[in-house]
Amino acid sequence: MLSARNLTVRRRGRAILDGVSLDLETAQVTALIGPNGAGKSTLLHVLSGALAPCAGEVRIAGRPLGAWRRADLARLRAVMPQSSELSFPFRAFEVVLMGRSAHAGRSSEARDLEVALAALEAVDAGHLAERVYPTLSGGERQRVQLARVLAQIWPETTSETTSEAAADTASDTASDGLNPLPSERLLLLDEPTNNLDLTHQHQLMRTARLWADRHGVGVLAVLHDPNLAALYADRMVVLADGHLAAQGTVDEIMTAPVIGRVFDLAVTIERHPTRGAPQLMPV
Amino acid sequence: MSTIGTPVLPRSAPTKSPAESPADRFDPARAMAQHADRSRIALTAIGALLVLSVLLSLGVGAVAIPPADALSILASRLGLPALTDHTSVQETVLVALRSPRTLLAMLVGAALAVSGAAMQGLFRNPLADPGLIGVSTGAGLAAALVIVLGGVLPFGLAAIAQDVAVPLAAFAGGLATTWIVYRIASRGGRTEVATMLLAGIALNAVAGAAIGLLIFLSDDQALRDLNFWLLGSLGGVTWDRLALAAPLMLIPALAAVRLARPLNALLFGEREAAHLGFDVERTKNWVVVLAALAVGASVALTGVIGFVGLVVPHLVRLAIGPDHRVLLPAAALLGASLLLIADVLARTLVLPAELPIGILTSCVGGPFFLWLLMRRRGLGLW
Repeated sequence: MLSARNLTVRRRGRAILDGVSLDLETAQVTALIGPNGAGKSTLLHVLSGALAPCAGEVRIAGRPLGAWRRADLARLRAVMPQSSELSFPFRAFEVVLMGRSAHAGRSSEARDLEVALAALEAVDAGHLAERVYPTLSGGERQRVQLARVLAQIWPETTSETTSEAAADTASDTASDGLNPLPSERLLLLDEPTNNLDLTHQHQLMRTARLWADRHGVGVLAVLHDPNLAALYADRMVVLADGHLAAQGTVDEIMTAPVIGRVFDLAVTIERHPTRGAPQLMPV
Repeated sequence: MSTIGTPVLPRSAPTKSPAESPADRFDPARAMAQHADRSRIALTAIGALLVLSVLLSLGVGAVAIPPADALSILASRLGLPALTDHTSVQETVLVALRSPRTLLAMLVGAALAVSGAAMQGLFRNPLADPGLIGVSTGAGLAAALVIVLGGVLPFGLAAIAQDVAVPLAAFAGGLATTWIVYRIASRGGRTEVATMLLAGIALNAVAGAAIGLLIFLSDDQALRDLNFWLLGSLGGVTWDRLALAAPLMLIPALAAVRLARPLNALLFGEREAAHLGFDVERTKNWVVVLAALAVGASVALTGVIGFVGLVVPHLVRLAIGPDHRVLLPAAALLGASLLLIADVLARTLVLPAELPIGILTSCVGGPFFLWLLMRRRGLGLW
């Protein structure tokens, strides 16, 4: 779905990213972890096209980022920013509706409204719909922003599938069959769990997981907490000092040697008692 | 929260999501319809205010022209029989003085208000003003140069009548200053909005100092003429000059409405707008070009009229919210009416003299803006 080759970003002679290559697959959640200043956000900006690399190339669905028409790209790739300052009194609902911008002329207004509402409910923020965005708390804003990016890449299927998807996302029930993929889509999340309380951190990651499983979306999330990442991700990519320090499955990355080397922290790894995922504990 | 001893718990009871009960469910279609109704009502009210302001502006003055007479004059001009026994004095005043002045006020008001709204969107700051990109002070400086030093210009340039040279110089000065600001803030095809803001402040300061120096150097006549620039006036407009400047104000104001959607997205940040699929750099370029043209042309004809571009978009946001698709046209209409009303006051308050309109707009606009600030703080928006 997305492939990045030899990405290098230099600023004032210092390499912030140095020859980073990675692939994101559909229907997978990839967690990007690493110490502060490792270049995680920079990498996300390059992958999203917000920042042009000094060298290297990003391709989405085989086509270089620069060759995409902006609106076409926006319909299959959404980016959730670390934080979004907005000092104008839009209501939360209008913020989510903004996610439908790239669908103008292709999607009816009624459909956009339906999607926006479903997206808000999918992140447990249906009750915030009419609230004025700048008056929301940090965590509430974050959820509204997530709803906005979900609305942007909402599956283009029939309306009943949509409401079903929303209901599923909200109740987080297991599904017996996967929907066919209308197209490949990509969701890039930049430290999405910042400002979120424990409940909503897990809810957000569950939503991301669900979108990968149910809708075949390729998810990349910049995360600070390796334990959280290990619970929900398929793969982990570890950045340190602008280099790709390691990448692999959760079990390959969540080992005492890898974590110890990258974070310079002695840890032991235990299994999660019910879910089996590796969890680290500092010694 | 203990459920011990509770044999059956209703399924929906423990969830706190209001989406569960259909009655409470937020209905987006209804909310949008309500919002559209509200916008329609506000637009209608603003439209009605504009009609009233036009009638007021045409009718009030040393020679009174009631709406019926104005209509009659219009009819007779179009070759229809006169409706009332209006006088020829009324006709002359209406055609040669009040009509161009009324049109000018509408155009300038609309141009300033739309530019202000677009600038606030571009800078993602509700405190932005069209003057921020240097266009007003640049125009003022160029006009002051011509007024004060015009008499000593070489190559026969001094012979060019001042009432032609000053607006032309002002227009060119406004565009040139904006261009400098824009060049400073642009690098490698990208324009840094924060740098543009700071460069605008710096250039405004420099131009302000230069204007001050010119005031220091000027004689009495030049000083009086300079006042026109620094305080603004709609007086002395002719059809010729209006016809020249009208497209420069009208076309950018109309074109700006086409930028409504990308401007909405820009409020979330440039990166977010780009991720939503908008061409951010092109939008920024267009906003600056359109605002520089519209404000440059209006300053060329009327001098610097403050606070319209700052306050009008706020008034509209109070009524119908920040969506540029409604905000831009509504700001144009409201800007036109408010400047008409201000002009009527400016030319009637201190008869037989005329108050510079810039004094009036700043007098009303400043305190109003303070009230707005305090109200917003009370709502916790800042």
